[in-house]
Amino acid sequence: MSTTMVAALNAALRDSLREDASVHVLGEDVGTLGGVFRVTDGLAAEFGAQRCLDTPLAEAGILGTAVGMAMYGLRPVVEMQFDAFAYPAFEQVVSHVAKMRNRTGGRMGLPITIRVPYGGGVGGVEHHSDSSEAYYAHTPGLHVVTPATVADSYGLLRSAIASDDPVVFLEPKRLYWSAADFSPAEVSTAQVPPIGRAMVRRPGTSATLLTYGPSLPVCLEAAQAARAEGWDLAVVDLRSLVPFDDETVCAAVRATGRAVVVHEAAGFAGVGAEIAARVTERCFHHLAAPVLRVTGYDIPYPPPMLEKHHLPSVDRILDAVARLQWEQ
Amino acid sequence: MTVLDDSTAPGLVGPPHSHGPRRDPAPLLPDPEPVRILGTPAAKTFDAELQRDLYRRLVLGRRFNQQATTLTRQGRLAVYPASTGQEACQITAAMVLREVDWLFPSYRDTLAVVARGVRPLDALTLMRGHAHSGYDPYEHRIAPLSTPLATQAPHAVGLAHAARLRAATDPAAAEDLVALALVGDGGTSEGDFHEALNFAGVLGAPVVFLVQNNGYAISVPLASQSAAPSLAHKAVGYGIAGRLVDGNDALAMHSVLSAAVEHARSGRGPVLVEAVTYRLDAHTNADDATRYRSAAEVDAWRARDPLTLLEGHLRAAGLLDDAGVAAAAKAAEVLAGEIRAQFDNPPDPDPDSLFTHVYARPTSQLREQAAELAARLDADADAALAAATDAEDEAR
Repeated sequence: MSTTMVAALNAALRDSLREDASVHVLGEDVGTLGGVFRVTDGLAAEFGAQRCLDTPLAEAGILGTAVGMAMYGLRPVVEMQFDAFAYPAFEQVVSHVAKMRNRTGGRMGLPITIRVPYGGGVGGVEHHSDSSEAYYAHTPGLHVVTPATVADSYGLLRSAIASDDPVVFLEPKRLYWSAADFSPAEVSTAQVPPIGRAMVRRPGTSATLLTYGPSLPVCLEAAQAARAEGWDLAVVDLRSLVPFDDETVCAAVRATGRAVVVHEAAGFAGVGAEIAARVTERCFHHLAAPVLRVTGYDIPYPPPMLEKHHLPSVDRILDAVARLQWEQ
Repeated sequence: MTVLDDSTAPGLVGPPHSHGPRRDPAPLLPDPEPVRILGTPAAKTFDAELQRDLYRRLVLGRRFNQQATTLTRQGRLAVYPASTGQEACQITAAMVLREVDWLFPSYRDTLAVVARGVRPLDALTLMRGHAHSGYDPYEHRIAPLSTPLATQAPHAVGLAHAARLRAATDPAAAEDLVALALVGDGGTSEGDFHEALNFAGVLGAPVVFLVQNNGYAISVPLASQSAAPSLAHKAVGYGIAGRLVDGNDALAMHSVLSAAVEHARSGRGPVLVEAVTYRLDAHTNADDATRYRSAAEVDAWRARDPLTLLEGHLRAAGLLDDAGVAAAAKAAEVLAGEIRAQFDNPPDPDPDSLFTHVYARPTSQLREQAAELAARLDADADAALAAATDAEDEAR
């Protein structure tokens, strides 16, 4: 059956609410409206306004309230309406959500899922297209997860809600309306992907593309196009930025000896910089070329009429692959 | 005639009153002057044993502040933000809560934490620098001391709201609890304070916010902090009750806070209490208060010391004599001795604890880093042992 990412996320929330009475959804417009992206559609009707709560418009208050709810043993799932609208909650994220387990010597964990629609490519005006993953990934104590497929958006959200640690769950809004043959009802508990494991989406022998979230389809398209150039590209979907799956990533890079990291966020001090450093530290003697990055430029997210220049494209990825020192 | 007076200007239509109910603000307004009981007829009807109990606890609280300050001078505490002068607020905040309730303290509220039953050494762990928090929040129902101002206030709202949710869905597990959040005058300027009060009002959560207005946010006086008629008046904007009380009047503090807690517990909504008090010591041992306030001002507040106010009243009322004062002082010295004993050779923190509780299960990266530090410490220990052996050989 054809399922969109929005429907899969909705199913994950619904199944979590149904199976665990401690799960509570809260955020702006998540109740009656079903969220601006309709991810929470129908949940308030099915589970009641208290299980899917329309809150005042205040992100720090939403997350701070969720912290208190988690202290009392509930599992709050918070929706931040857009990437850039989550910033007012940043102090709660950094000073409390990420640190509570640590500062209480393990006595008080906060099983909170913070859902954040992120990234561009949807024609959004200013403040609606940020890629904010590096802020969260740089904060110890958080898990940072981002699905790129319909099936993963269901499975990883189930895992995030079930996790005893706080999870920042970054939903690539560009892929919200992507569809796949997937039926949540047929997913058994054993099939739910664990947090912290990357997945090789396409095996290859020439070079390895390392990517996540909204850039995965672009990388798969680039790998397809690269065949005409005689390159057989592997594509790794990181799925979880924290914890980082060094094992899968390094195995995939060692197998080809060349790697390109691809993400939408600005490159400077971004997640790609960390990945390039880790791969270089661990796979240096297997590398035939420096690890390259294809990222958004180091600019504030551009206005929609210009975003096509900013987003990693198939051409930019193939250009990077071409620079991987093939003539040796 | 105003332009919005549509009765006389039929062409102009006023705003429709369809965006929710309008409430009468009058019952929410605080009294114009802080509630006082000491020196008023109400003191005569105040429970005598409770008055004596308050006195004994205030004496203990003052001694705790003195001993903790001494520990900073000895280098046994990295820092101590004293609540000297605010003991009536601290002590009553702990006293009015039941076991089932929760306390959400800020960094200046160590005394309230101790007054709720936490061992002084554990309450002061943050200030010792051995760990970020030294007590089990679930054992005492006290959140960790919060340093970022007012950020713990929305936690109190969320916890109180969660308790109501559970009570509604699982009556067997229902807990009739109140969450008490402690904030300072500076903290009321923070966005989280505003958001917490707004959420509390909207959710009708059983929360009490106690603002200890000690006049200064480190060096900045209240006049530079807020133009509100009083901090208690801020409640009205959120549709919750505001109460203004003399924070140096222990009887008034106990009375107003008890009423606020029971107001919240009974389902009538949250309450904001502003206690007008004064920080007799500097912000911390690292602060120089003479740079921003005069000796005359401090002296005036010393004359309103909550402890001497209460003692004077109790003596005048015949509820306290020299023997009672001596007994309280003796108990305070016992407490000080216990604190000193707890600080004699407390165990060093374990470096491995750096990695243990970042996540429920350490990531592979943290396991690697923990192993790296452990190996380094082992090597350091081996080197130290070898150096000691060499020195011994040389001495021979």
